[in-house]
Amino acid sequence: MQTTASNPAASTLQIAFSLNGQAIDIAVDPRERLLDTLRYRLNLPGTKEGCGEGECGACTVTIDDLPANSCLVPTFQVRGCSVRTIESVPKAELGPMLAAGATQCGACTPGVVMTAHWIKQHSQVLESQTLRALMAGNLCRCTGYDGIIDGVRRWIGGPQ
Amino acid sequence: MNVLMPTSLAEACTLCAKHPGVIPMAGATDLLVHWPLRQAEHDKSYLDLSKLSELRGVRWTADSLTLGALATYWDVLQDARIASVFPLLPDAARQVGAIQIQSRGTWAGNIANGSPAADGVPVLMAYDASVTLASAHGTRTVPLRSYYTGYRASVRKPDELIVSIEIPLVACDFAVFHKVGARKAQAITKVGLVITRLASGSQRWRVVASSVAATIKRCPTVEALLNTGTPLKAPADLSAAFAADVAPIDDIRSTADYRRTVLARLLFHSLQGVYDGAAAP
Repeated sequence: MQTTASNPAASTLQIAFSLNGQAIDIAVDPRERLLDTLRYRLNLPGTKEGCGEGECGACTVTIDDLPANSCLVPTFQVRGCSVRTIESVPKAELGPMLAAGATQCGACTPGVVMTAHWIKQHSQVLESQTLRALMAGNLCRCTGYDGIIDGVRRWIGGPQ
Repeated sequence: MNVLMPTSLAEACTLCAKHPGVIPMAGATDLLVHWPLRQAEHDKSYLDLSKLSELRGVRWTADSLTLGALATYWDVLQDARIASVFPLLPDAARQVGAIQIQSRGTWAGNIANGSPAADGVPVLMAYDASVTLASAHGTRTVPLRSYYTGYRASVRKPDELIVSIEIPLVACDFAVFHKVGARKAQAITKVGLVITRLASGSQRWRVVASSVAATIKRCPTVEALLNTGTPLKAPADLSAAFAADVAPIDDIRSTADYRRTVLARLLFHSLQGVYDGAAAP
């Protein structure tokens, strides 16, 4: 598969992947980031852009069941992959996060929830790394981290 | 933007030869930083290696550990044997961003990117790793310590791809990784130091410094000083040797003076209790 795009709208890549369990077949600009494909092409604006440099984690999604910053992923790289976004997390699961005061402005929340949800589903990762270390890739500029860590602990059922 | 998507290593090598200057891409975690603002790079050609299964994963042989060119920091963090044999690899892996970066960033990409502030390269260098490069004409293996030729410049030819990293199974009785950043997590290194000591032999010490020269580099003068057992009474006793090996600068993250001072202190304090010649007065 090969494309040449010297002129902006010239060429696209046809790719197929799984998005929140649903098959997607889409033509993408080779320059497109996964973050933008999700938000502006596939109508899933839950994934946020924060820093655009892979530091804040607001754009966290999972790709083949591992957290990733979607601002750093060229969309063509998810061909054949399984992508999950915040829209796939059942709303009913979010109670503990809200109860612990883990959200304020909400910009970081989708990313925080994606990382926490992944930890919840892979609790063995807590055997070798602390919850704080695993959550270090999700920055919050409002609440401080205690509320977030408390909320995640309640959610995943760890020690309070 | 021209994107080439090979489905085998052989095809990747052929494409690399046919498209001089094509930029190999694996995890893309460095390439896509602030991507929408970097228009000039949108017009370049890229070779996407991410689907080449033959480059994935880590493999043990009788005398080495091999990291495939697509081995990620997360792959290394998942391997219990690596943690016991080469503990500095997970130490460094945990310092590269957080899980979102560790899951996609590759060790080979860290080498190829060539940043003097890289966190993966110094530990590989302290374990005396080698880099295997492949092209349509064959493969060759070069020691990582002589891979770089200058700032973001290396011995890799435009038609060559990094295919693996080999780390020899040689016992170390001391190994430490230091990273000084603005904060504990998610920081870029201001000063880095990795030290290993072989369990036997006469040239036992390896010292690798980061963010204090145009490249990550071994410090042969400092190593010679340690290998000869020169007594050290204070960090300042290391200054002349470091001055021969590194050349820190002032930049957005730190100053030359701070880097020089901290580098000598990191080494001096790391040696307490493990180096006979080092004793705080």
